[in-house]
Amino acid sequence: MSVLEVRNLQTHFFTDAGVVKAVDGVDFALNEGEVLGLVGESGSGKSVTGFSILRLVDPPGRVVGGQILFRGQDLAQLPASEMRRLRGNKIAMIFQDPMMTLNPVLRIDTQMIEAVRAHDKVSAKAARDRAISALSKVGIPSPAERLDAYPHQFSGGMRQRVAIAIALLNGPDLIVADEPTTALDVTIQSQILAEVQDLARDTGTALIWITHDLAVVAGLADRVAVMYAGRIVETGQTDDVLTTPGHPYSVGLLGSIPGHGQRGERLTQIPGMAPNMAHLPPGCAFAPRCFNADERCRTDAPGIEDMERVRQLRCHHPLTKAGGTP
Amino acid sequence: MTAMLELSDVSRQFVKKLDSIEKLAKKLGASVSESCVNAVDSASFHIARGEVVGLVGESGCGKSTLGRMVAGLLPVSGGTIRFEGVDVTDAASADAKTARLRIQMIFQDPMSSLNPRMKVEEIVGEAAVYHGLTTRREMSAYVAGILRQVGLDPAYAQRFPHQFSGGQRQRIGIARALAVRPEFLICDESIAALDVSIQAQVINLFQDLRRELDLTYLFISHDLSVVEHIADRVVVMYLGRIVEIASTEALFDDPQHPYTQALIDQVPRLGAGRQTYRTIKGEIPSPLAPPPGCHFHPRCPMAGPRCTRDTPVLRNDAGRSVACHLHDGGTE
Repeated sequence: MSVLEVRNLQTHFFTDAGVVKAVDGVDFALNEGEVLGLVGESGSGKSVTGFSILRLVDPPGRVVGGQILFRGQDLAQLPASEMRRLRGNKIAMIFQDPMMTLNPVLRIDTQMIEAVRAHDKVSAKAARDRAISALSKVGIPSPAERLDAYPHQFSGGMRQRVAIAIALLNGPDLIVADEPTTALDVTIQSQILAEVQDLARDTGTALIWITHDLAVVAGLADRVAVMYAGRIVETGQTDDVLTTPGHPYSVGLLGSIPGHGQRGERLTQIPGMAPNMAHLPPGCAFAPRCFNADERCRTDAPGIEDMERVRQLRCHHPLTKAGGTP
Repeated sequence: MTAMLELSDVSRQFVKKLDSIEKLAKKLGASVSESCVNAVDSASFHIARGEVVGLVGESGCGKSTLGRMVAGLLPVSGGTIRFEGVDVTDAASADAKTARLRIQMIFQDPMSSLNPRMKVEEIVGEAAVYHGLTTRREMSAYVAGILRQVGLDPAYAQRFPHQFSGGQRQRIGIARALAVRPEFLICDESIAALDVSIQAQVINLFQDLRRELDLTYLFISHDLSVVEHIADRVVVMYLGRIVEIASTEALFDDPQHPYTQALIDQVPRLGAGRQTYRTIKGEIPSPLAPPPGCHFHPRCPMAGPRCTRDTPVLRNDAGRSVACHLHDGGTE
């Protein structure tokens, strides 16, 4: 059963320079225990998608259309008080910078017990026990003692674990993680990825992992959605998308990553740069950078099309149909 | 092989001096003392002309400090740095000043390393005019040539840094470094802040420039896959010490030091399918109080009693160097 279904989500920012359609018609669904990798470069709208699900978009941004169905309930229509009851309870978020989650002047135990009791009428003792078990789940040694520490007494990796533990406190059905390991060292990143993998498997929590790093997604996610200029341009099973990318942008993105071809060989690069979101080209937003674009791409925006299995593509000239890479 | 750059036993300490109250407390018998961090501890290696050497390690391992010492931006606390056989350790010496022009650095954040009030033409041309590589009158043409070299439209020369995207700004930083005709470039996390597709463009640019201008690089990065792609040889640092030096093939195919093995194991890779992440325990210890003996022993799966006691030395064996007791008589 799907935990989350996002239908035609639109989040726009009303700036002086014009309306920026940061998220412009995003659809996806997520099942229990499933890990979705939401991939894209800066400005592609991946983080705004995550923030929209939790209704955390600040003005001048606003969710202007679409549905966010969480267990059948449309979050976009929910009153603020109801939303607050879900946030941190059934839906949790992990941010890139753990200091965004943690209050620097409160001890960890204060913050964790508060998070438990905000949603659950339990004794402080029971809340504390739950905090200890959450901390030990994310691999913090001697959690009972560490509860008395302040955030600054933790290293960067440990802080991110505490932030993840807080997200887990109330046994959420859905966690949205926004680049949670980007600022961490590789050894710490892999420790956290290992723990998250186990958690998703053991607890059945659905996870949206937002990242710019396709290599992280490769090892973690069941399905991947590639975003470009506010839209999902390709989704599918992680292995399918990574081995036979169908959208020229996915092809370019994969070719840009060093370390899977020959050492020292030229990387296939995507020419140009990400478009200005306030002035998107008519037609396909990727057309100006695409090696495969023709007249039609420059005038008509392609719709999303279902391919074999669970594959979806937004391209007039998908590459997998033709059965090969360029 | 003649070394272009040679470091022998280069060290750098950062000492936190006692303030007046702490000094007073010490006089009164309190146990306070100056805290000292060995950011770089007796680093020795060389770089041959035309070579690209990658310097990798996690945050706080001293790789940036080492790069800054080579660039002459930080004085060394001990050891010598030789560039083309000339001692450039003393940053104030005349030799060091001429060498420094031939060694240029490209920084991580192109925004904080470019003066926001200067036009691109001035940013790129200023040093070249000062050092007499061009005249103020011919600066425009000179800068245009350099901009073309890094793939920027010379028409942009009259713009300010904020009018560019991150990737373009990094190109301006590269143009500024190239403007004084350097032979040696130090790239300190130069592509870490860029998007993947822009990263690929800049990596390709580095490789084109290497070929066209016969450049030598010290490429500092925490990203092992980038280093694997671009470097000929790799130096691995941990907590201020060099733990392994090897050619890129040897290092990635057959890492010798347990730390290097762990690092390479944990790089997420495409095409590996769903990975189960194997992890090394714990985190980097505080450099203020590094563990005795081998700094890596508290996290090392192979550590023995000797590792907590003796500091392993970097031993050269058949072209590759490892600082580990496993390769030097055992850990007992």
